[in-house]
Amino acid sequence: MDERPVLELRGITKRFPGIVANDDVSLDLRQGEVHALLGENGAGKSTLMNVLYGLYHPDEGEIRVKGEPRSMGSPRDAIDAGIGMVHQHFMLIPVMTVAENIVLANEPTREKVLLDYDAAAERVRNLSETFKFKIDPEARVEDISVGQQQRVEILKALYRGADILILDEPTAVLTPQEAKELFEILGTLTREGMSIIFISHKLNEVLEIADRVTVLRRGRKVETLSAKGATEEQLARLMVGREVLLRVEKGASSPGEPLLRVEDLHVTDDRGLEKVRGLSLEVRAGEIVGVAGVDGNGQTELIDAITGLLRVGAGRILVGDEDVTGVNAKHSLDAGLGHIPEDRQRRGLVLDFSLAENLALHDYDSRPASRFGWLFPKQLVARARKLLQEFDVRGGGPQTRAGGLSGGNQQKVVLAREIDRNPSVLIAAQPTRGLDVGAIEFVHRRLVEERNAGRGVLLVSLELEEILSLSDRILVMYEGEIVGEFAPGASEEELGVAMTGGGRREAA
Amino acid sequence: MSDLEGGAPEEPGKAEQPRGGGDYAPSVAGKLAVWHRAGGVAVPLLTTILAFFIGGLVVLVTTGKNPLTTYKAIFEGSGLNWFLEVGSYDIRLPFSETRVPFPWNTNDFESLAAVNLQQTLIIWIPLVLTGLAVAFAFRCGMFNIGGQGQYLAGAIMAVWIGSSLPGLPGIVHILFAVIAGSLVGALWAGIAGLLKAAVGAHEVITTIMLNWIAVWVGVFLFGLGGPLQNDTQPSVPVSNDVLEEPKLTIFWGDPVLQGLHVGFFVALAALVVYWITLNRTTLGYEVRAVGFNPEAARYGGISVARNYFLAMAISGTFAGLAGALDILGWQFRINTNDVTITSLVAFTGIAVALLGRNTAIGIGLAGLLFAALTVGTSTRNLDPEIFRPELASNLTVMIQGLVVLFVGADVLVLYVLHKLRLRKRVSA
Repeated sequence: MDERPVLELRGITKRFPGIVANDDVSLDLRQGEVHALLGENGAGKSTLMNVLYGLYHPDEGEIRVKGEPRSMGSPRDAIDAGIGMVHQHFMLIPVMTVAENIVLANEPTREKVLLDYDAAAERVRNLSETFKFKIDPEARVEDISVGQQQRVEILKALYRGADILILDEPTAVLTPQEAKELFEILGTLTREGMSIIFISHKLNEVLEIADRVTVLRRGRKVETLSAKGATEEQLARLMVGREVLLRVEKGASSPGEPLLRVEDLHVTDDRGLEKVRGLSLEVRAGEIVGVAGVDGNGQTELIDAITGLLRVGAGRILVGDEDVTGVNAKHSLDAGLGHIPEDRQRRGLVLDFSLAENLALHDYDSRPASRFGWLFPKQLVARARKLLQEFDVRGGGPQTRAGGLSGGNQQKVVLAREIDRNPSVLIAAQPTRGLDVGAIEFVHRRLVEERNAGRGVLLVSLELEEILSLSDRILVMYEGEIVGEFAPGASEEELGVAMTGGGRREAA
Repeated sequence: MSDLEGGAPEEPGKAEQPRGGGDYAPSVAGKLAVWHRAGGVAVPLLTTILAFFIGGLVVLVTTGKNPLTTYKAIFEGSGLNWFLEVGSYDIRLPFSETRVPFPWNTNDFESLAAVNLQQTLIIWIPLVLTGLAVAFAFRCGMFNIGGQGQYLAGAIMAVWIGSSLPGLPGIVHILFAVIAGSLVGALWAGIAGLLKAAVGAHEVITTIMLNWIAVWVGVFLFGLGGPLQNDTQPSVPVSNDVLEEPKLTIFWGDPVLQGLHVGFFVALAALVVYWITLNRTTLGYEVRAVGFNPEAARYGGISVARNYFLAMAISGTFAGLAGALDILGWQFRINTNDVTITSLVAFTGIAVALLGRNTAIGIGLAGLLFAALTVGTSTRNLDPEIFRPELASNLTVMIQGLVVLFVGADVLVLYVLHKLRLRKRVSA
């Protein structure tokens, strides 16, 4: 590794109305290193990278690329300086091939007008082989996996001549296996002399992949340290500013009577595909049942069917002794379900409503929130004030617009609403998706508390670590069926095999 | 989304709290929302001023006259200068013969401004009501382009009931006609709501189609040989006149010279009802939830389909009410010309709702602006020396068009303002 910095950010300050998103942040990237940028949501990581990529203009500070000061007026300037950015959400055109996507806006041409497709494919193939990407230039983007799409994005940056890559939360969309492949690719890239800024809030992967780590907290740089010798606890403390419990402490469970029973459930999605195929499960009082699985194996449809948001094809759903098969969402909530939805912005909250209004989403039409169709805003506000305090929601009061809160606080609002209705079964779908360490700790602790209070918790998550640390029983879902049940002591490898259908094939 | 939308400190904690608040989210959508909020009053005002400015340029280019003179003439034509005529007068309390002191001149024979203002307020009534018809649907996430059809449906019903049933006591006759007109408006819009709720048919398409159905039903009914054509003049395609009893009371001005009818108070009340329904009832809560985020509403147990239907029906009630009040208040009859071309009040209602930002107060004010423009540029009022009458009413339509254009582009205006501010900061 070369000690000469290829990129220097010096004293970057970026202000938005009411907040300083970056306050005098400096950072240097050495050639051939993976430099992790670590921080909670809202710590200013993305703002800093957007400044670097020319999307924001810094109020103060200087950017130097290979020793020369550069002004990044637009992404075009950044690309010219050899900086490539891979966003969390890919910017690819699904119906076009890999090669077409990569050469877009820089197409090799014949006679200056016709796309020279063969030349494009050839160049992409060469790039792909140089860096061992194992990608077919002729494949259509919509047909390849998410992990491969990400590699297309990386190739796109390389094709444009980037030698400094910014990866924004690259593992958020990947399976554990795909993440491992990505890390291998990053290793190849750095050996070839590329320098990488790796944005993340996942501690374990930062320690695994990075050479150095810069920690941001509330817009300021806390420290830059070498990843070697650092520990997860140390990084967590730097990020949050206090000691954090990374593992949830919980006693043994003492499950009681079954509160939720799903029997031989079949569910078909909007497109007519059968996504849940004869699934049965049971959640008892005082236990957390974790459902693990790779995304898209019917978890979403299972939850929507249980909570009355998707029509049940066949089978039965019982909450306590009440049959809630085929009832609407309102009815199933009234039967004693609480539902923390997997997408809090799309479904869990009305972002343009105030917090008080959001907290009343299930109860606006019953007393004391309303009477005879007449709404009592003061009641909503009073209740919100109590709940916001109880659940430690920060960043706003009852009249604050929900969209103005950070992700963690938004999730606390959802949690407050669902738990305050005193449900017998709490269904938590990806309850910590996109949250940072501090908020994850809060959500986990709260779920365990509810389990200790005698509720049943059905936890569906794509994060194996979360499933393993919270669950009292683990079910693995694959292609709409439960393919295995594991004790909480199971290893990630065991679960991983079952998640990809391995267990089922062996059993068959 | 992680911290792409960051900027909000997770825990504005003890020791090193960042300066200032903390729940600002600089995502693109967040920024637009904040700009929208920040531009609450300023942007509609700016929009209006800009529209008038460009309108003024057109006046300058086409007539070579001073635009300010023209605007002054329009202002005076609208009767808004009545508010400047302060003196010591008295006024008759509505529904009684008692007279009390009043700072403004209400004696029509002395004050031309008062007469003009009455005309402006007469137009204000349907503009506010059709504006509410657009706004209510909008709050439920729908664009009701069908105000014209719903207005016509209400007007047709009101003229039919108002011109028949002789001998009915006035107040009963009025209530019957007004309620029936509103219900027909509700039904007309409800069809579009039902279609959207049941099969997802887009309300913009269906309401436009329903407009045309209403228009041609009207032409059929009042046209030559039509079932509701008048009984006395077989060669004229016009309805019977509304009888004397169901005509609305004129409380300001001369009944013969088209004074202001009590529908004014109905429109005022409608603004209050609109605000209360949205903000103080569970129905309004549902409508707004569906309008902001139907998926979250569904998750919360709210029936999205039911709210689509209800919101459209309520929208139609406002528009139908507008039609009924116009018929019973000052038009008293419909001819096929009104149906097809001249009566485009409900389309102006769309502009009123847009400029008024779908708020009760905004709609009241925007309605006044458009009403004043309409009356102020009517050929009756404009001095041909100042302004060519042919251009006069066109100027109104132009300014309306410009306002709609700018309202649609207000995000753009905000963006430009933001950029300018940035540039200033960089150069400073």
